[in-house]
Formats: sequence, structure tokens, C-alpha cells
Amino acid sequence: MADLQLAAKVADRGLDLEFSVAGGEVLAILGPNGAGKSSAAHIVAGLLRPDSGTVRVGGRTLTDIAANIQLAPHQRRVGLLLQDPLLFPHLTAVENVAFGPRARGVGRRGSIDIAMRWLNDVGLSDVAQLRPAQLSGGQAQRVAIARALAAEPDVLLIDEPLAGVDIAVATAIRGALRRVATAQGRSTVLITHDLLDVITLADNVLVLESGTVAEFGPVADVLTSPRSQFGARVAGVNLVRGILVGRGVLRSPSGTLWHGTMSEDLESGQPAVAVFLPTAVAVYRELPHGSPRNITQAIVAEVADAGGIVRVRGGEQPGGGAGLAADITAAAAADLRLASGDEVWLSVKATEVTLHPTSRSAVD
Amino acid sequence: MRVTNPGLPRWMYVPASVGAAFVVLPLIAMAVRVDWTHFWPLITSSSSQAALLLSLRTATASTVLCLLLGVPMALTLAHGTGALTRLLRPMVLLPLVLPPVVGGIALLYAFGRLGLLGQYLDAAGMRIAFTTTAVVLAQTFVSLPFLVIALEGAARTSGSDYDVVAATLGARPSVVWWRVSLPLLTPGLISGSVLAFARSLGEFGATLTFAGSREGVTRTLPLEVYLQRESDPDAAVALSILLVALAAVVVLSLGARRLTGWSGR
Repeated sequence: MADLQLAAKVADRGLDLEFSVAGGEVLAILGPNGAGKSSAAHIVAGLLRPDSGTVRVGGRTLTDIAANIQLAPHQRRVGLLLQDPLLFPHLTAVENVAFGPRARGVGRRGSIDIAMRWLNDVGLSDVAQLRPAQLSGGQAQRVAIARALAAEPDVLLIDEPLAGVDIAVATAIRGALRRVATAQGRSTVLITHDLLDVITLADNVLVLESGTVAEFGPVADVLTSPRSQFGARVAGVNLVRGILVGRGVLRSPSGTLWHGTMSEDLESGQPAVAVFLPTAVAVYRELPHGSPRNITQAIVAEVADAGGIVRVRGGEQPGGGAGLAADITAAAAADLRLASGDEVWLSVKATEVTLHPTSRSAVD
Repeated sequence: MRVTNPGLPRWMYVPASVGAAFVVLPLIAMAVRVDWTHFWPLITSSSSQAALLLSLRTATASTVLCLLLGVPMALTLAHGTGALTRLLRPMVLLPLVLPPVVGGIALLYAFGRLGLLGQYLDAAGMRIAFTTTAVVLAQTFVSLPFLVIALEGAARTSGSDYDVVAATLGARPSVVWWRVSLPLLTPGLISGSVLAFARSLGEFGATLTFAGSREGVTRTLPLEVYLQRESDPDAAVALSILLVALAAVVVLSLGARRLTGWSGR
């Protein structure tokens, strides 16, 4: 287990930041461009020396400006994955992956063996002898993942790994990341602006605005009821965590079944999350006829008018997770005459629900 | 389907053709003048052979010297951003535009018997001017900028992103240099040394001024050609064709290398 703890200030970038990531956890850093997301990663990697602050991983101090400690990037055991896979063009895929073990002092033969195992883990053992120029974009990114992990970093920094990658490829890369990123108690920092990355990979979210922490908390809380401006803009979705129990069916901890479309091929028993927009949720006083596929009962916790659209929020989901939100027209809200404490039925068409895999279930 | 570009104005092909003819015609004229029946004896005479061997030896030596000095210079320039770098770059590239004769005179005043450095070397029993060493120094002086320019460009474009990634994988700076930076520089290194070798092979002015024209010691192929032009024009032409052939081999190998790059095996 290697916890990452960072506290740093960089005056000329307006950065004043403090966060920690427990071993085995993934922290997603969300934020608008120029908020300092990449600067935060560079401080951890030792590419940027903060004006003041500390970076600690497990028991090791990587940066302590007051004590004049600033380890060089190669001494930190901090891996870096960027949008550009940056595979060494003169080495084959397997030689790229073997680079880390070799640099660590493992012999040629042994490092190739290690590299083959990692390539196997990301499903690419058949392209081991190809050069980067012969790989597809998605393959190159997966080789880069294998290469970063073969170096056995204590901390893995992932900076916008899927920006500009097409959807099918992104799904494959997310799958590879989910399988291997958090193994061996490694802590991971994921910098992204993509909600899907956060939903499928992260445990906690930190929203960074103008160099400071605007919001921090578990993914489900931040995405469903964001308190920061940026969080509200990108998030504001409904999340129901659970376990897949069949094709396109998720069972929540309370036993409710949620039908939806699966974002990728998933097996029963896998932890997953149902995602849908508040605008897709209809609110009823009585159990509606014609039984729509997804229907659940809720106690109204809050009714808020936001300029013609009324946001109805239910109480906390049984088994944890923020209450579901529904956006209805002011006219509909007037008809329903909703108030806090009322019992209502919330219904969502199955076509409006997407089921995404997650790294762990809500019930563990 | 053929892609049609807007194309050039037609009149531009006229000066372009004139220019091409201007470059090719003299070579053809020279090739026509070669006494092919005596070609082999002409280029294998003892003086020709001595000049050819000396040229190859000194050009190789100066290319090695260029690599030893030029690679660190190019990298320093590519990585440097300070005022010193900005000042240094044009100084280093000066020999590129300097008349070689002037370069030879400058070298003479630096390394000659009475030169700035030469007087101390002379006192220590080392004589450089008018020796084979002087030939190598003259060639290095004029060729070095070619290598530095070619390599600095390559070093800039290959960038430091790969170096950063290598470091995060746990590689020490020297490991990064040997296993990542240097291999990525190889194309630039090859084109740079080929250019430097070709420039050294053709060096005349600085060599004549700083090293003189002693057969077997400092009389390289271009000097031999110039000398034979007076006494034996046929030999001069034959040797010239030899130089053209050598230069062609160099340029063609460079072109092929450029085209392949890193696109795989």
C-alpha cells in the first residue's frame, strides 16, 4: 500500500493544492482547462518544483521544499501516462515494456519475460515484436499502459489518456486500465474531463478550479450533487451502483432492477453503474400503468425551481448513494403539488439508461 | 482519379529549367572531356593514389572529430535557452559562411608556429601547421557547422517528451541518454556525419592556406586536381570525375536514409 499525499503551492500558476490518495484507490481530478490539473501531476512526477509544499508516497518523501528535498523523476517510482503514448519508436512493443525492468537492473532475458506478462495482461502478446509505427492508436496506448506498470510505480499518473481516441478504442483502453491500474495497492491519479472516465475508473473526485480544490468526495456524491460550478456543468447525472445480473440488467443493493443499454460487453456478476440524466426521469404520485421497465419508489427530499424547470430530488438511495434527481416542467410540478416528505414513483425508460462497468461494487 | 493542385505559374518552369541545366551542364561537359581509355592509369598514378588515400583518411578523421565535438555542441545548443546560447549559435555557424581561405588564415594564427595557441604547442614540441593534422583541423573547422546544424534540428524535433517518459520509468539520466536520446538522434547523426564527410572531402581553401600542398602529407584530392590542371589536364578531369562520383555516393546514401527514417524495418 502506498498512500500519496500532496500539499503544494506554485505562485506563478496560482496553484494551492492539497489532496491524498489511499493505496489501491483512483482519484480523478476534474477541472476546466488551465485549472492546474497537469501542474498537479507534474509536481508529483518531479517535473515541476513547487514554491512550497511536500509530496509523500507511503513512507517516502519525494518533495519537501522546506527541507530542500526534491527527488529526480527517475528516483520517485511515479509512472506517467499521457494522451500521446510516446512509445520509443526505435524499440519493439515488448522492448518498450521491458524498458522499466531493464532500468531497474533486471537482466535482458528476465525483463523480456516480465514485459511479455504485462503485454499479455493488456491483451497484446501477439504484437510484441512490432514497432510502434506498426501499432494502431489503441494498441499503442495499451502498450504504454503495460510499459508504465511494468516499471512497478507506487503512484500512477494518467493525464487525459483517452482524449481524441474513438469510442471503441477508448472502451478497450478503459477496460485495460480498470483491470491493472489499481493492482498491488498502487495509488492512481487520473486527470480527465470525461465523465465516463470518472464513472468507470475513479473512487474519488477532486474538482479543481483556478488552482484550488473546489470540491472533493466520492464519485457518486460529486457526480450526482455537485457543489462546484465546473462539477455542476459536467456532472449532474443520476448514478445507481450495483451488480450486473443479466444482459442489460443491474441490481442495486436494495434489490431494484435497472434495465438499460450496456456500454460494452459485460458479464453477469460484474460491478456496474446505471447512468441517466435527470431529464429522463418522470415523476408520478401513483404507480403508473403499463409498467415501464425501470420504476422505483422515493421520498421527496427537495423540490427546487430553476427557471421553468423543477428539480425534484429523492432521499438517499437505500444502500448508499445520492438521491435520484428528476427534472420536470413547472406545469407538471404544479399538477403534482410536490413537497418534501411526499412518496413518489420515479420511472425511467430503459433506452435512457446506460450501464457502465466500475472498478468495484457499491456493496463491498 | 488524379488530384490536381492549383499548380505553379507556367513561366516559373523556365528559370527552373535554366537553373537545373546550369548545375548539370558543367558536370556533363566534364564527363565528355574525360579520356576514358586512359582513365584507369590516370586515377591510379602514384600521386593520384596518394591524394585519394590522404583525402579518405583525413575526411574520416575529421568526421570522427566533428562527431566527438559536434554532438555535445548540438545538444547544448538544442537544450539551451539562455542569452549565452543565443550568442554562441551564430558564432558556431560562422565557418559555414566564411570563405575557407579566411578560415585557413584564422587557423594559421591560432595553431601556426607563431599563433595564439601554436607558440605554446611549438614550445612543447608539437607542430601542427603544414602537417596532416592541419589538414584534419582545417576540414573539421569547415565541416563542424554542417553536423551541428543537422543534429540540432533533429534534437529539437525529437524533443524531451521521450526523455521524461524514460525517466518516469526509472532510468537514470545516462541510461536515458544511451537508450533513448541517442537512438532517436541516429537519423540526424547519420545525415550530419555524411554532410560533414562530404564537406571535408571537398575542402580546398582552408587546407591550402593552413596545411599547404605536400604530396602524401597535405595534398588532398581537390589540391591534386588543382595542381594537375596546370601540368596534366586529362589527369585533373579524371580525378574530378572521381570526386563527383564520391560526392554522388554520399548524397544518394543520405537521400535513401532520409526516406526510410524510423518507419520500421
